[in-house]
Amino acid sequence: MKTLRKKIVIDPMTRIEGHLKIEATVDNKVVVDARSGATLYRGFEQILVGRNPLDAVQITQRFCGVCPIPHAIASAQALENAFGIMPPDNGRIIRNIMQAANYVQSHILHFYHLASLDYFRGPDVPPFVPRYEADYRVPPSVHDDLVNHYILAYQMRLKAHELCAIWSGKMPHAASIVPGGVTIIPRLDNITTSLWRVKELTDFIDKVYLNDVLTIAEIYRDYFQIGTGCKNFLAYGLFDLDNEPDVTKRKRFFPMGRMTNGKVDPIDPSKITEDVKSSWYDSPSHLRPGNGETVPNPTKRGAYSWLKSPRYDNGVYEVGPLARMAMVYETKSNPKVVQLVNETLKKLQVDPESLYSVMGRHLARAIECKVVADEIANMVMQVKLEEPVCTGHTIPDSAQGIGLWCAARGALGHWVDIKNGVIAKYQAVVPTTWNASPKDDKGQPGPIEQAMIGTVVEDTENPFALARIVRSFDPCIACAVHILEPGKEVKEFRFV
Amino acid sequence: MAWNNTISRRDFMRWAAAAPAALATVDEFLPKLAAALQEAIKEYPIIWLQASTCSGCSVSVINTIHPSIKNVILEQVLPGHQLILSYHGTLMAATGSLSVDAARATAAKFKGKYVLVVEGAIPTKQNGVYGSVGEEHERPITMLHWVDSFGRDAMAVLTVGTCAAYGGLPAAEPNPTGCQGVSDVFKTLNIATPVINIPGCPPHPDWFIGTVAKILLYGMPKPNELDEDGRLKLFYARSIHNRCINRDYLDDGIFATKFGEEGCLLELGCKGPFTYADCPIRLWNSNVSWCIGAGAPCIGCTERGFPDAHSPIYQRR
Repeated sequence: MKTLRKKIVIDPMTRIEGHLKIEATVDNKVVVDARSGATLYRGFEQILVGRNPLDAVQITQRFCGVCPIPHAIASAQALENAFGIMPPDNGRIIRNIMQAANYVQSHILHFYHLASLDYFRGPDVPPFVPRYEADYRVPPSVHDDLVNHYILAYQMRLKAHELCAIWSGKMPHAASIVPGGVTIIPRLDNITTSLWRVKELTDFIDKVYLNDVLTIAEIYRDYFQIGTGCKNFLAYGLFDLDNEPDVTKRKRFFPMGRMTNGKVDPIDPSKITEDVKSSWYDSPSHLRPGNGETVPNPTKRGAYSWLKSPRYDNGVYEVGPLARMAMVYETKSNPKVVQLVNETLKKLQVDPESLYSVMGRHLARAIECKVVADEIANMVMQVKLEEPVCTGHTIPDSAQGIGLWCAARGALGHWVDIKNGVIAKYQAVVPTTWNASPKDDKGQPGPIEQAMIGTVVEDTENPFALARIVRSFDPCIACAVHILEPGKEVKEFRFV
Repeated sequence: MAWNNTISRRDFMRWAAAAPAALATVDEFLPKLAAALQEAIKEYPIIWLQASTCSGCSVSVINTIHPSIKNVILEQVLPGHQLILSYHGTLMAATGSLSVDAARATAAKFKGKYVLVVEGAIPTKQNGVYGSVGEEHERPITMLHWVDSFGRDAMAVLTVGTCAAYGGLPAAEPNPTGCQGVSDVFKTLNIATPVINIPGCPPHPDWFIGTVAKILLYGMPKPNELDEDGRLKLFYARSIHNRCINRDYLDDGIFATKFGEEGCLLELGCKGPFTYADCPIRLWNSNVSWCIGAGAPCIGCTERGFPDAHSPIYQRR
């Protein structure tokens, strides 16, 4: 039977962090194939080679201006692992505060300023126009509230940045995170000036953000069935609660683990590998990040992304708030998350399975934002005035280190190899490399690709459903495209 | 093209719901005054291009307090002066070709009258193969091409951040993608459009807004108002070191030798003596702190040559 096949290209994919191109092949209005490709390469790991290991914390933060804190922490933890040291309690706690504030900032920014314009029109002035003119279902009264909240959310994310900067010196790009802990000597006014900001943020999340996400979810209920994805989830955990040197044994507020078919298992970092069949590289495929190699070839046949394809034990895994909340819900490790998820499901009259969707990701992000924000006041009160903030270090001649952490967008790993007292090799596998990864050696599509395949696209000129799916993952391409090394001279560059 | 008929000041003022009562009253009861108010507003089209960037400069600029980001994007950056942000990859509603078409339409309609803001360095190696935004005839359009075409016809270029000004981090050794700042790219391409640099990793929102305000109110800076690195002396004339809060420690000979110790941070690699910016008096993020306020050495992020000129970061230069 002859069918109408059509290719949709969305390039650039805006309202995400960084440069992403989306392609979808549509057959009789249904997406039968999808490609997610990164269109910028910066070469950060190459830049890190030969430098003083301490510099990695400042340099890797510059992967991303939206989420510099998790890079600083993962980098510092990789170096601490290599140096054989752990931060004192204050170093651990103050990093948790900065990370929590950065989560709140990132989640609010994502929902209102990156994603929400997929669901309501906004005013008719740039940058709100032009836009896809289709499928805006929000009634006028709700629309005006959402526009006002869009503006209010700017002030709130500003407040979250202030909360972080009280401890980090400035944001973006924290000054105070160093291997061994932090540099800031905590004073009473750091604590008092944090607490009111926390209160204003939790009020906003409780009274505005959560309600707005629920409102959108009620209006766009069909998006509980759209963008399901691979349904395998991976998280490295968040907020250190003790000083255990082995990261896989360390107690964390949100746990480390992976989930398949509702079963949660521990993680063995040695089972993480990266495929390059669909990536512009000639280097061997399926290497562990610690031994990763990168020989670019921008004319490689069949390749379509600067991203590699990270896989765990050959499996495709989604990372991010949905991954973390799904695992916490399944293991009941945080009663507040379980209660919030149950209340949400009841209110919206949907089953837990529906959370594996576009709307599920927005809800998981909002619930996580609330639980994290509610915890910050406790963290602030744990800071110990007059006690040390940093453990001393000696840079070893030769050592390897690993830092596993969770950025707002998902599992983040940094691997460092030190030789002759300088960085010999540095690799980072970041959340969006997992989520936006291209097809692997076995032809398995990445999580965003899987979430797009099967989607019905009524109007190929206005493929808003695809944009909504992609944005629900909160892609951060600047983080993800640092991974490469410089290319040989290339005469021609074309998409194949 | 939707862009042409969508900027309606009248519609916008009606929408500006934060002060709904006041605006509605003026509109309703004093229509002539409302019309006069609208007439008096000068509009300045902006194309904000993100190249090899982490987006941190955009994130920093939206931290502006006075004017608020609402003033900057939706209302007037200064009373009577409105920026029309026709393209910004992170903030705009449009996506795909719809978005870059908006940028093209602005450049064509306001040739010689729009301001191009560049965030991030420009990959130039292999004709810019390492960074592209959008495509034409199924071929990617390089960032280098965008800077060439939009830069040539702009009234002025503002480089936001050290990467766009001087190359910054992606241009650090061995500069894998041949990244350059806008001025260097313009030299190669023989483009004469004036460039004003607003460096910093990221720049303070006040430095961006202040530079914009300077141009809107007083015109383009005169040569003596810029330093040799193309920055406004207004913000970048004096060193971090000379206005540092730790000067008393220096005078008393108290130096921190480990992270988290009280004292002048020179022994921990502080680059304050070689770095020119007003951080010590301006402070960051609604004035809550700054790098040295959090016990961390200055890393020299506003300077040409950052980060290599200041590496290793934590060793005394």
